[in-house]
Amino acid sequence: MAISEFPLELESGRPAVAERPLGALTRPRGSQGWTSWLFTVDHKRIGIMYGAAALFFFVIGGIEALLIRTQLVQPDGNLLSGDAYNQVFTMHGVTMIFLGAMPLGAAFANYLIPLQIGARDVAFPRMNALSFWVFLAGGIFINTSWFLGGGADGGWFAYAPNTGLVFSPSHGMDFYAIGLQITGIASLVSAINLIVTVLNMRAPGMTLFRMPVFTWMMLVTQFLLLFAIPVITVALFLLMFDRLYDANFFNVEMGADPLLWQHLFWIFGHPEVYILILPSFGIISEIIPTFSRKPIFGYTFMVFSGIAIGFMGWGVWAHHMFVSGIGPVSVAAFSLSTMFIAVPTGVKILNWLATMWGGRLRFTTAMLFSVGVVSMFTIGGLSGVTHALAPADTQQTDTYYIVAHFHYVIFGGIILGLFGGFYFWWPKVFGHKLSERLGKINFWVMIVGFNLTFGPMHILGLQGMSRRIDTYAQGYGFEFWNLVATIGSYILGVAVLLFLVNVFSSWKRSKHEAPVGPDPWDARSLEWSIPSPTPEHNFDETPVVHGLDEWWHRKYGVDEDGKVVRLAHPEEIAQKGDGTGVHLPSPSYFPLLIGIGLPLIGYGLIFSLWFAVPGALLVLGGIYGWVFEPPDDPDAPHGHEDHHDVEEAPVG
Amino acid sequence: MADTATVAHAGAHAPAHGNTGMSNNKLAMWVFLGSECLLFGGLISTYLLYRNEFADGPAPGDIFDIPFTSVTSFVLLASSLTMVLALSALQRGDIRNNRLWLLTTALLGSVFIGGQVYEFTSFVKEGLGFTTSPFSSAFFTLTGFHGVHVTLGIIMLMSLFISSLKGNLRKENAETVEIVGLYWHFVDIVWIFIFTVIYLVPSPES
Repeated sequence: MAISEFPLELESGRPAVAERPLGALTRPRGSQGWTSWLFTVDHKRIGIMYGAAALFFFVIGGIEALLIRTQLVQPDGNLLSGDAYNQVFTMHGVTMIFLGAMPLGAAFANYLIPLQIGARDVAFPRMNALSFWVFLAGGIFINTSWFLGGGADGGWFAYAPNTGLVFSPSHGMDFYAIGLQITGIASLVSAINLIVTVLNMRAPGMTLFRMPVFTWMMLVTQFLLLFAIPVITVALFLLMFDRLYDANFFNVEMGADPLLWQHLFWIFGHPEVYILILPSFGIISEIIPTFSRKPIFGYTFMVFSGIAIGFMGWGVWAHHMFVSGIGPVSVAAFSLSTMFIAVPTGVKILNWLATMWGGRLRFTTAMLFSVGVVSMFTIGGLSGVTHALAPADTQQTDTYYIVAHFHYVIFGGIILGLFGGFYFWWPKVFGHKLSERLGKINFWVMIVGFNLTFGPMHILGLQGMSRRIDTYAQGYGFEFWNLVATIGSYILGVAVLLFLVNVFSSWKRSKHEAPVGPDPWDARSLEWSIPSPTPEHNFDETPVVHGLDEWWHRKYGVDEDGKVVRLAHPEEIAQKGDGTGVHLPSPSYFPLLIGIGLPLIGYGLIFSLWFAVPGALLVLGGIYGWVFEPPDDPDAPHGHEDHHDVEEAPVG
Repeated sequence: MADTATVAHAGAHAPAHGNTGMSNNKLAMWVFLGSECLLFGGLISTYLLYRNEFADGPAPGDIFDIPFTSVTSFVLLASSLTMVLALSALQRGDIRNNRLWLLTTALLGSVFIGGQVYEFTSFVKEGLGFTTSPFSSAFFTLTGFHGVHVTLGIIMLMSLFISSLKGNLRKENAETVEIVGLYWHFVDIVWIFIFTVIYLVPSPES
């Protein structure tokens, strides 16, 4: 037995038994039923809600993508008007990036970081709930623009002065500016929370360089968010002031410089690319070693290349602006820095390949998706290097070649990785595997659909088809490849549908199947040392860590001949999930209240300040209640004191 | 390996100070202030870009009353000193002086905000409105954001003061005062940059 089974005790020596009955009505307390989800501060539930909400927005963004492809299936498409088309592609980009991919990364981060570092929860559980509700509120807020005069129509990067009142008179861009500020609050709060969690709450022995690569990549991501979000917040404020209060930040007549927007946006926007991709890199860095039965090749290089990307990601933003007239010196400098940033990314690709090299490969669905990332992302990375050459870029800018490139990165690199993560961690989260058979079909349909959709766009772009045109005339030679891309996009839609079918059918099937046990994949990190699904309290006892791949080394050792031998079976040494006497942070109403209040303020700014009054009251009431609510309910069933229980008012 | 794999629960109590040796709250404030640097960085850059774009409106040199703003700036910087005194009083367990200095800090901050309100109204009277020119928009946005930060700081200080009157701010909570102090010093330091950029760097065209 690996677990020393001392009775759980309080520091006082009092046996940790729930003594007080549930009494006061001042605080939500149940852990069952739908209200318990509304008021939960449990990082796992918040992670699941993040995932579910993000998948919902991902489907909406996917429907918008299908509308785009249907419009372009043949010349002179007339499914959408030019105006509607502008809204659809803008909202497609905004939804996929800010409401789909980013929160999916947050879902994995929330669920897994505390488990991988051996913590009970995140540093600030209520702030974690706040992040989720504010994100959800912001996402719903942005999407309600469809019913309130039309969605944003200035493209996801919203170049000034095209987004000014003259060219975009509907409220769409207001929703964009305010909605993204709201989701920005969510990202910022979450970044602070997770940074503190990783830096401060690691289990004994879990030094920084024993952390799994996933946690490392997420830490870098949170630092990028921390510094990138305020920059776009500034840009969005300027846009909002221009549109709502007649300020002159982008008013060229008055002498303003629209390039200001481009700089601010891309100083945020390029780190944002790494904010999106690093979680996926982290995910496949967990999957590939597991299914190669080898430790990750060059762990330190893996970590440092992630950190290098985190730094260099700040020095490449103007490569989005090579045709904006920023001058030859800037173009040359940013061209060089862009080529340099391919180096740490290349290091990662090499390390994944070297991890697989000579490994005992098992091509599970998760592994297939990971190999998909390595190959597809490499294609996207290489087409990215072609943009680094400024003369080539001037030919490619604003053509479908760019669209092809960033979809190979974002879909091929990010979405495939996230799906791999779903298949990998599903048993840990829900206690049953997704069907592997359906999963492999899911993978192949997706990879075929993906390449059919975005592969032809390289050719279309080099033929000169502009991005964002709502239709094209007969006779330019665009017909065939557009048809192929549209067919591909529908196949992609089927792939996403297959995933949802898999989720549902696996859930039905799981009811009459044996549970999967703590460690169904024979994996390497600490989250597999506890039962599946994860018990509410995570770890019965805080693990003590002795090295990288701690869980693996508890299961396997090496004999005299250097051969790997099994020391123990996971079922024997895994924790039992006995949370007797563990004291968890208490649920709270206030994060949800603040989340509801913020979009009301947004409607108030756009339509009538009267809407802002209840919104402001909710936010103020939420903050007031929060400040005077102890993080831990003194009347809750008592047991073990927890270590993240000090949340002081001025900080929260 | 059996007994070393995990530790008993009682021993697993994470200390109030985590792996970094700093409490979660203080670390969170430091991290947050890192983010704030970029917020003000963006706003200051915007101002630098537009400081000569005053269209037909007043130029900076026409309206700035540098001696006046220097005095209010001095008041704000002095409040950093009183903030330190408030913290050190509480660390010594001197509740009375802690209250005194908290209140003084809040008052000094309020004097600064009062000066800003006076300055804004007089600028508007002289024809420099928020919408007059890119310069005016950038000026009001940058100083306005800073003013909101100072105001939030005053609210925090007053919350501490009220909490102290209720007897809830004791020596053990000195760190709370320290964290508010971190925020307060940050807002002061940012003002040094803003003041220099707006009022002291001469504008070549005015």
